[in-house]
Amino acid sequence: MSNPLRDARDRRLNRIAGPGALVFFGITGDLARKKLMPAVYDLANRGLLPPNFAIVGFGRRDWTAEDFANQAREWILASARTPFNETVFDQLAAGMRFISGAFDDDNAYEKLAETLDELAESRSTGRNHAFYLSIPPSWFDVVCQKLSEHKLAKDENPGWERVVIEKPFGHDLQSARELNQIVESVFPADSVFRIDHYLGKETVQNLLALRFGNQMFEPLWNNKYVDHVQITMAEDIGIGGRASYYDGVGAARDVIQNHLLQLLALTAMEEPISFNADHLRSEKEKVLTAVQLPEDLGQASARGQYTSGWQGGEEVVGFLDEEGFNPLSKTETFAAVRLNINTRRWNGVPFYLRAGKRLGRRVTEIAVVFKRAPNLLFTDHADDEFGQNAFVIRVQPDEGATIRFSSKVPGTQMEIRDVTMDFGYGNAFTESSPEAYERLILDVLLGEPPLFPRHEEVEQSWRILDPFEEYWAAQPEQPDPYLPGSWGPASADELMAKDGRTWRRP
Amino acid sequence: MMIDLPNTTTNKVAKKLISSRRTHGVVALSRVLTLVVITREGFAENAIEAANLASREHPCRIIVVVRGSEKGENRLDVQIRVGGDAGASEVIVMRTHGPNMAADEALISALLLPDAPIVAWWPHGVPADPYNTALGKLAHRRITDSNETSDPTEALFQRASTYRAGDTDLAWTRITLWRAQLASIIDLIGTEGLTGITVKGSENSPSTSLLAAWLTMCLEVPVTIAADKSTGGLSSVRLTREAGDVELSRPSGAVAHLYLPGTAPQRISLPRRSVAECLAEEMRRLDADDVFGEVITRGLALTNLRSIRSSDR
Repeated sequence: MSNPLRDARDRRLNRIAGPGALVFFGITGDLARKKLMPAVYDLANRGLLPPNFAIVGFGRRDWTAEDFANQAREWILASARTPFNETVFDQLAAGMRFISGAFDDDNAYEKLAETLDELAESRSTGRNHAFYLSIPPSWFDVVCQKLSEHKLAKDENPGWERVVIEKPFGHDLQSARELNQIVESVFPADSVFRIDHYLGKETVQNLLALRFGNQMFEPLWNNKYVDHVQITMAEDIGIGGRASYYDGVGAARDVIQNHLLQLLALTAMEEPISFNADHLRSEKEKVLTAVQLPEDLGQASARGQYTSGWQGGEEVVGFLDEEGFNPLSKTETFAAVRLNINTRRWNGVPFYLRAGKRLGRRVTEIAVVFKRAPNLLFTDHADDEFGQNAFVIRVQPDEGATIRFSSKVPGTQMEIRDVTMDFGYGNAFTESSPEAYERLILDVLLGEPPLFPRHEEVEQSWRILDPFEEYWAAQPEQPDPYLPGSWGPASADELMAKDGRTWRRP
Repeated sequence: MMIDLPNTTTNKVAKKLISSRRTHGVVALSRVLTLVVITREGFAENAIEAANLASREHPCRIIVVVRGSEKGENRLDVQIRVGGDAGASEVIVMRTHGPNMAADEALISALLLPDAPIVAWWPHGVPADPYNTALGKLAHRRITDSNETSDPTEALFQRASTYRAGDTDLAWTRITLWRAQLASIIDLIGTEGLTGITVKGSENSPSTSLLAAWLTMCLEVPVTIAADKSTGGLSSVRLTREAGDVELSRPSGAVAHLYLPGTAPQRISLPRRSVAECLAEEMRRLDADDVFGEVITRGLALTNLRSIRSSDR
C-alpha cells in the first residue's frame, strides 16, 4: 500500500516506527537499564515511536507494571541522552507491562500471551511483536522454545514477530551453528536481528560515506598504495566484576570475532550496488570469505594478560589476581592477529587486528597505512617512520577521521615532518548524534536489516577465529603478561616487527 | 570571547580572525557552511542565539549583517565572537551605516569560508524576491520566515510567485513534525474511504496554509481550513473517513492527542519548534527542497485557503 504523503524526495520526514510491542527479556540487566530503555525513551522523545507503543519487561523480579515504570523512570533519568519530558514518559509508561517469572516458567509465558492480547486491544499494537533477548545465550534455547510453544513466535494473526539477539553469537563455529539452528527453527531468518552495536555508530556508517561517497579515497584503496591496515579496539578498563563471564571467552572472542571483523569487512569490501540489506551483507560476506589465515598461526598472533600495577594514577588489580579468579587461567585479555585477504584488491596487504583491556587509553580506530613514497628528494628520512601516509577513522571516542601526511618544516633547510589533517564530528556534533542503540532499535521496529549481520557473516568470522583459538588452547603456557596502561605484551610488537612494521600509537 | 572592531573594514576583520586563532588557540574545526544572517537592529541578538544553537549540529561561520541607517556617514562596525560566546561557530556581527554600505557580496566576500556552501537567512521580514537580492544570488539556500512579517499570508504568496529552487521558508519547517505524524497515520489507516480533511488553525498562519496545500496536493481530497482564534498556529487536523474520523489535535502545549476510531485517545509529544530547531533542520540538507517547491507553486493554487469561521458553519 503506497502512502501518498510519503515522497522519496521529502527527506524531512523521518520514518516513524509503526505500532508494536517490544518485549525485553532480561530487563533488569545492565544493558537494558543503561542502554536499551534510555534508547527507547530517546526514540519516543524524538517523536520516532508511535504513541501507542508498548514495552513488556520479562524478568524474575516480583514487579508490577507500576514498579517497572518507576524503575524505568530512574534508568531513563540516569542515562537518557535527551532531556526528560514528563508527557513523553507518561505516554510510554502507560504502555509498560511487566511479566514476573523465570525464563522457563510456562505460567509466565501464558501471562505474556495474555498481556500481548490485552495490548493489541488497549494499545492497538497491531500484533507486531519484537522479542529482545538481552540474556545469556545459554537461555536462548529455552526462551525460543517457550515462545514457540506458546504460539508467540509465529502466530496466525496478522502482524510481525521479530527477535533481537546480542553477541556473543556462540563461542565457536559449532556453537554458533547450534545457536542459529535454535533461533531460526523458531523465527524465520529474516526476522532475526543480530545486534552488533558498533554497526549502529555514526562513524561506522560514515566509513561507507567516506569510501564510496568520495572520489579521492577509493583509487588508493588497494594493494598498490596501501601498505597495511591496523584495526584497534582498546579499553582502559579491566575485567572487574565480569571475571566469571570473561574466563574462557577472552579478547578475541569478545571483540575480534564480532566488532573488529565487521570493521574489517566494511573497510575491505567492494562497493555494494545499494544500501539494501542483501547487497550490503553480500559484499561483507564476500570479503570475509576471502580472508585467508596465515600458515603459521603462532607467528601471526599474540596474546597477553594484564598484570597488577599502576595505571594513570590508580593501582589496578591484574587479571590473574582478581579475587576468586583462577590464577592458572589461559584466557587472554589482549589479542592481536594478522590476516590476509585473498582478493585482487588486497592480496599482499596484511590486516592487523588487536583488542585488549587495560591498554593505554580507550580508543577504537581503523588506520589505513599507505606505502612509503619513493624518497628521492628527502633521503634523510628514508629509514625512520616519517613519510608514511595514513588515513585513520576514529570510531570512538572523538569520532572523526585524520589524514597524516608530510609537510615542510619552516626554515632554510628542506626538512619534512609528518602533520595531520583532522576532521572531527567534534564535541559539537555529539549532542545531536544518536546513540547506536537508538538507531538499531528503530531499525528493528521498521524491519530494516542492513546494519545487522547475517548468520553467514557470523559463521565466516568464526571460521576465521576458530583456528587461532584452537592454536592458543593447545599452547601449554599462559598468555604473555603486560603492564596496565601499556599497549600490550612485547609479543604484539614482535608480531609487527617480524614484518618490518610497528603499531601506531592510537 | 568578543573582539570589537569599530569603524573597520572586512580586510582587517579577516586578519583579526586569523591572528586571534594564533594567539588564543581558537580553532576552526570542520566548518561546514557559512550562514549569512540579514537583519536589522533590534532583531539581531535573537537571530544570533538561534543560529548559535543550530551551529551545534552544523559547525559554521555566522556572518550577521545588521543594516543600520542608510543616511549619514559610511561606517562599518564589527564584532567577532568566538569560543564560549559563539557556540560551535564563530560569529561576525557587521553593523553597517550610511548610503554606501550595502549588504552585498563585496561587503562579505572576504569572510566567506572557501568552498563551503552559503546559506542566507532573513529572520525577520521577507524581501520581495530573495533570489534577486545581492546576497540571495550568492547563497545555495535562502531561508525566509513568512510568519515574521506584518502580513504572513501575503508574504507566503509573494514567496510562491518568486520561488526558485533553493528557497525555503520556516513556516514549512514548523510543520515537519505534523507532517511526519500525519504520514505515519496514513501508513496505519491508508487512504481508502477518505472523503475530506479539515485543518484547524489560526487565520493568517502560513503554516496552516502550507499544511492544507500539502494535503490537498498529495491526497487529492477536499481540504477545508477552519479558523481557530485560540491559538497562534495549527491546532488540529481531522481526516473524515467512511470508517470513522481520525483526528490529530494539539489545542495547546506540547502534547497532541490522536483519536482513532475504537481506541482510547493517545498522547503524542508534538512540541512547537523553536527557530533554532527549524534552522538546524534547514541546514541539514543544502540541495533544493522539491516537495516544498511543489507545495508552494502548485499546491497552494489548488487549495481553498479561505478560513471558515465558526459563524459560517
